[in-house]
Amino acid sequence: MNRQMLDLWVGIFVVIGVVATVFLSLRVANLTTLQRGDVYEVNAEFDNIGGLKSRAPVKSAGVTVGRVSDIRYDGEQHKAVVTVTLDSQYQFSADSSMSILTSGLLGEQYVGLQTGSDTEMLQDGDLVWLTSSAIVLENLIGQVLFNKAGEKPAAAEK
Amino acid sequence: MIKRSFSTIAAILRHLGARVTRNLLNLGLAARFFVAIIASSAICLRRPSLVIKEVYFIGVLSLVIIIVPGLFVGLVLGLQMYDTLERFGSGDIVGMVVALALIRELGPVLSALLISSRAGSAVTAEIGLMKTTEQLTAMEMMAIQPISRVIAPRFWAGILSVPLLTSIFNVVGIFGGYIVAVLLLGVDMGTFWSQIEAAVDFRLDVVNGIIKSLFFGVAITFIAVFQGYHAAPTAEGVSLATTQTVVKSAFVVLGMDFVLTAFMFRGI
Amino acid sequence: MAANRESDSLVNISNVDFAYGDRAVLRNINLRIPKGKVVAIMGGSGCGKTTLLRLIGGQLRPTAGDVVVDGQSVPRLGSGDLFRLRRKMGMLFQMGALFTDMSVFDNVAFQMREHTALPESLIRDLTLMKLHAVGLRGAASLMPSELSGGMARRVALARAIALDPMLIMYDEPFAGLDPISLAIIGRLIRTLNDALGATSIVVTHDVQESLKIVDYVYLVSEGMVIAAGTVADIHASTDPYVRQFVDAQADGPVAFHYPAEDYRRMLSGQ
Repeated sequence: MNRQMLDLWVGIFVVIGVVATVFLSLRVANLTTLQRGDVYEVNAEFDNIGGLKSRAPVKSAGVTVGRVSDIRYDGEQHKAVVTVTLDSQYQFSADSSMSILTSGLLGEQYVGLQTGSDTEMLQDGDLVWLTSSAIVLENLIGQVLFNKAGEKPAAAEK
Repeated sequence: MIKRSFSTIAAILRHLGARVTRNLLNLGLAARFFVAIIASSAICLRRPSLVIKEVYFIGVLSLVIIIVPGLFVGLVLGLQMYDTLERFGSGDIVGMVVALALIRELGPVLSALLISSRAGSAVTAEIGLMKTTEQLTAMEMMAIQPISRVIAPRFWAGILSVPLLTSIFNVVGIFGGYIVAVLLLGVDMGTFWSQIEAAVDFRLDVVNGIIKSLFFGVAITFIAVFQGYHAAPTAEGVSLATTQTVVKSAFVVLGMDFVLTAFMFRGI
Repeated sequence: MAANRESDSLVNISNVDFAYGDRAVLRNINLRIPKGKVVAIMGGSGCGKTTLLRLIGGQLRPTAGDVVVDGQSVPRLGSGDLFRLRRKMGMLFQMGALFTDMSVFDNVAFQMREHTALPESLIRDLTLMKLHAVGLRGAASLMPSELSGGMARRVALARAIALDPMLIMYDEPFAGLDPISLAIIGRLIRTLNDALGATSIVVTHDVQESLKIVDYVYLVSEGMVIAAGTVADIHASTDPYVRQFVDAQADGPVAFHYPAEDYRRMLSGQ
């Protein structure tokens, strides 16, 4: 095995390995390359974020327009503060609303972003104040039972 | 009667104590050897041809044992997973399950085990043989350090090769899953790939997998050169060292896998 | 003809003790290797001959005494100085110890490539010259696995003299060779030593071949020098150990029987 053949085979090997890694990163995983300049950050306060996790997608009209970058608890307001990073090419009005939705019946939670009617757009660092918290299953069940209980006395009264 | 049982207990304790001290001494020896290798590695930058030659013997010659088993692992995973998932009507996500299993766990671990059994044992045997035939001593007498000339290039070549081979294993495995799921079991091709893309996260899964394979690469390569360098210079010594490489690599890789997984995937 | 003055000797081993753990290998041994001569160190197996070579090469440190090579005390040398000294020494190992992953040419050129900055063309000429001196210039492109025992030994010899060392050490150069190869190696040891103006130490237990070519002999047994002298002295010696060794007698100071209880007593029942 002379030197040139050796180097050739090693070169081929390294190329195949690197291509495999790149393939895994880009085509298999969802590596998105958003640069610093391409994004802007926006904050939102929620009463309950449910099972929302960091790096969950932010979708508007079903299309991913950004990611959740940070989730904190505000001790003074007693609310959850969520910071999202949005793609600069999409602009949303200053009175946009954010809600925490679930994909599918039992899927992962994500942030739904609905633009409003304001002529001014959201800027980097703005706060979104129209928020709708996640639906918590226990509260839902409690609500249904409460409604059911409310129906009975009304029926009894009839 | 009591005296006899005392003396047996004492003998057992002494035996255990000796084993512990012996293993601790070995650990110290290994640590010193590791530092010595790092310290003698400058030559690998000055003469990359040495490392390239070893990358051929460790990496290129392991391609076959990575690609073929990788394909089979992917095929089997696809088959087994689909069977179970289909019972809950979720046969469509078989691609995601195969990809995650491979990238997070099976890729790094199985690749490391396969590479250690082929390339690791070969390196140990080669170095042990060089020691037995006095080639290492001859080198020392020619004022050339065997650690930098023989050991260091193989060490770095291993660390370079293992992650690359792991990625190749993963890709081939996913294709194996694809073959079974899409071509054989009728899962939709678009569904297969989109499910994977949605579920596999770059930082969490791919990067962690690469980090694991790096750790494993260091471990199996170090064990291979250590065993070879410290083999007894006889035929039995080299043979023992070679089997020890494979056995110890298996233990270390699986043990490390547990620790790393606990660290990396804690938050999920 | 012994080196009486310190300045005449290239290697001076004075009052050296060496032990592997509890097992004493060399006891208060004294040796002088005069410059420019071929000296044989002979003795039975396990008497410490190879240990002496390792002490001279700095691979082992004596537990007592000093080893002086070319005016430098080897045990006290730092690693840089030791490596510099080793470049002036060449060693021929028992089984050749050729690097199996390189060709004959690359084996001989190895030291030149590693230690000198000579251009490749010059290295080529020098290497072929060394190979020609041992008669194997035509085998330059072969791999060590393709060589016979005698040829491998000769290539190892060419490799040992690659940098024109001042001291050449031979560890059992005659072991396992056929009569023709024996004669060739013996002749090469002598002629190369004289041609290079070097000093040679031949560790061996082959009496016949070595006595043909050496100037001076040390006979070692159980870690001590039993006899020393020129070839003529050895032949004329009346020391029983020397006589047993040189005349190859089965029994003598080195007993034939490994210590065991009296056979007659054992046979007639305990």
